[in-house]
Amino acid sequence: MSSPLLDIQNLHVAFSTREGLVEAVRGIDLKLAPGGTLAVVGESGSGKSVTAYAVTQLLDRAARIPKGRILFRGEDITRADPARMKALRGAAISMVFQSPRTALNPIRSIGLQVMDAIAAHENLPKAVLRARALELLEAVRIRDADKRFDAYPAELSGGMCQRVMIAMAIACNPSLLIADEPTTGLDVTTQKTVMDLIAGLTAERGMALVLITHDLGLAASYCRDVMVMQQGRVVEAAPAVDIFRHPSHPYTRRLVAASPTPTSTVEELVGEAPRAPRATPRDPRDARVLLDVSNIVKRFDSTLAVEDVSLTLKAGESLGLVGESGSGKSTLSRIVCRLADADGGRIMFDGVDIGAIPLRTFHDSPWRREIQIVFQDPHESLNPRFTAFECIARPVRRLAKLTDAAQVKRRVEEVAERCGLSRDLLTRFPHQLSGGQKARIGIARAIAVEPRLLVLDEPTAALDVSVQAVVLKLLDDLRHDEGLSFLFVSHDLNVVRMMCERTIVMRHGRIVEEGESHALFRNPQAAYTRDLLGAIPHFEPVQTATA
Amino acid sequence: MSTLLNIGRRVGRHLLASLPALFGVVLFTFLLMRVLPGDPAAFFASGPNAGQAEMAQIRETMGLDRPIPEQFLRYVGDLARGNLGQSMTTGQPVMADLAERMPASLELTLFALVLALALALPLGIVAALRPNSLIDHGVRFLCTLGVCVPTFVTGLLLIYVFYYLLGLAPDPTGRIDIFAAPPPGITGFLLVDFLLVGDLAGWKAAFGQLILPACTMALFVLAPLARMTRASLLAVLGSDFIRTARSVGMSDWRVVVVYALRNALLPVLTIIGIVFSTMLGANVLVEKVFSWPGIGSYALDALLASDYAPVQGFVLLIAVIFVMVNLTIDVLYGIVDPRISLK
Repeated sequence: MSSPLLDIQNLHVAFSTREGLVEAVRGIDLKLAPGGTLAVVGESGSGKSVTAYAVTQLLDRAARIPKGRILFRGEDITRADPARMKALRGAAISMVFQSPRTALNPIRSIGLQVMDAIAAHENLPKAVLRARALELLEAVRIRDADKRFDAYPAELSGGMCQRVMIAMAIACNPSLLIADEPTTGLDVTTQKTVMDLIAGLTAERGMALVLITHDLGLAASYCRDVMVMQQGRVVEAAPAVDIFRHPSHPYTRRLVAASPTPTSTVEELVGEAPRAPRATPRDPRDARVLLDVSNIVKRFDSTLAVEDVSLTLKAGESLGLVGESGSGKSTLSRIVCRLADADGGRIMFDGVDIGAIPLRTFHDSPWRREIQIVFQDPHESLNPRFTAFECIARPVRRLAKLTDAAQVKRRVEEVAERCGLSRDLLTRFPHQLSGGQKARIGIARAIAVEPRLLVLDEPTAALDVSVQAVVLKLLDDLRHDEGLSFLFVSHDLNVVRMMCERTIVMRHGRIVEEGESHALFRNPQAAYTRDLLGAIPHFEPVQTATA
Repeated sequence: MSTLLNIGRRVGRHLLASLPALFGVVLFTFLLMRVLPGDPAAFFASGPNAGQAEMAQIRETMGLDRPIPEQFLRYVGDLARGNLGQSMTTGQPVMADLAERMPASLELTLFALVLALALALPLGIVAALRPNSLIDHGVRFLCTLGVCVPTFVTGLLLIYVFYYLLGLAPDPTGRIDIFAAPPPGITGFLLVDFLLVGDLAGWKAAFGQLILPACTMALFVLAPLARMTRASLLAVLGSDFIRTARSVGMSDWRVVVVYALRNALLPVLTIIGIVFSTMLGANVLVEKVFSWPGIGSYALDALLASDYAPVQGFVLLIAVIFVMVNLTIDVLYGIVDPRISLK
């Protein structure tokens, strides 16, 4: 290896908090050659982002680097003075961030922001700056760049904003680009175009790339080397091909196993042997219809969010609802669970027209406890002033009409145990719990009133893969044991394939394709479904070996 | 072009929406004046010995003998024709009185506001850039002091120090020295008028008269402006796009001024609107202390005399100004923040 571009030696980063010093990074080593590509993979709290911010000195005020060195082109920049860092940032080391919409100045046009990025390092007349900025916007494939030049970030989609961010990052031809979860929160197809763009531009301009991600598939598809981090330490570092074919560290193995693939089953995710086909008493195929939704229409102002959508769900069946943002899948799920009104159509639940019950009084109707919801964000969907016990007990009292304190307690403890929550956790408040624990509370709260239909709105989107695996397993077990029906909304096609017997693919408020999950994923009929499936990053070694 | 159209539409909507509020203000002050104790007829009668006949005659000329709803209808009718009524104390139409005194109040308030901003913005910015430092605590102390000392105390204190002890400030009575010649009334703002006619000595004298009352008012509103600037700038400095600006190596000056400050000033703009309206209406005490011939002291005198028309006119004027200021702020907001006009 020639002299490395970036050389991190035994780096420690600590944060001073109220509880004293907390070490976020505990001695990591990293070497990156010029033009190299390295993925730093890890779950939340692994210290992967902190490492990146330590390199660019964009760490929080509370952070300290007690030990270790960061060498960039042989120069020690661990404690470089602010002027030196300013000269390096943008010109030699750039970053692309998560959530592109907030990463851009909301009240400055995108063209000016790109011009600012160039002007930070090059003293050029305005006209030249403008021409260069326009070139950059064209380089990141923003269509009609001259027309978009004066647009504000709020006028662009998330994917477009990320392109502008990339244009700013590469404006002064740095030799290292650090991308911190650049596609989290973007749709799969957008993710693919953004990642292709980053990979293409860095290769073309000879930049080295550090990709920080929680997504193993993304890491394997776009980087030659992978470094897996856990709790501030590097557990494994190897070429991508090897790491996924023969993960040597138990944590890496668990992580690889927990990542949904086109063929994995829920059991495989948590490392269990595939179970024999369950002896479910009722075969969903000949069970009676539980939910019959027909011709649903929903308008927001003048745009149609849901356009004439019909679906049926049998008792004990799980139906997946897949689509990208703006497809109307979340709106539809809200209408089905009667949290929103439709502008047309009928919702029959067990032969009763529940769409006819006004929204205002639905919470008082006996059908409320039959249809329960598990929300997307486990953090936001729990009342911060309620203990875990109270979160679950509320619906038990209000909907299941249990009034006796001892009875309520017994029921809450029962479902908590069923969802894998130990009793001592029940006295805690949401902020004292982990994301996975909160997700379990959300599920326990929903099943505590013994519903027949569970609407799951991206229940694992905010969770780390290993936690997602466990939660998916829990949901799958619950469904089979309690005979629940699922309406499972997700953008993750692999998850839907594992969790649902049937799948509906939505786009622009319409159903694009519908069918048995396995058949649909093996042999997609609609071009859009094929695009969606093609955009999922895979980490099959075969694919990366050719790259 | 569409932005302009958008702003025009918002201005129209805003004006329409403020009509009911203005009507409410008119009705409320009208009723309030009728409910307050004190009989204007008794006050304006020729003397303590005025007979019933004289009182009744005054009531009749003032229209006070009619039923209240009729009085109100007449009042609204007059308003529609631009007639605010007659002041009993000055014997002039209220409109003329207000028009004469308005520039004095406006000049004082505007000057004080500029002074307050010139002080509050840098203080807020410095405090936000070095949170919990000695400077931050110093600014906090100054703001607290400004808020908790009443304006008349600050005013008297300033007079005591700068006029009585140091002799730096002129005699604190009115806008202009009694013996000096006032400039021709072009705009009504003395500082502007003196400049327009090129009378620098006069300008200096007027400035000397203005500076103490303006400081008094500025100190009072320093706190909301400085604290808001600090809080808003702190929040913006922690946001993602500041990190982006730093990550491409922009200079600190550019990051703070172009990226952080412009965003941080949006909420401050709202506060400025509120502060300005409040200053204009609530500076009665300052005007009294400095014998400033403004609308505040005029309204106070009228209130004490149970002189209905000037008080009603004053309240209506302040309400209209409040609406106009908010409208201006709204339009400014639409220009500064592109997200508003997108919706």
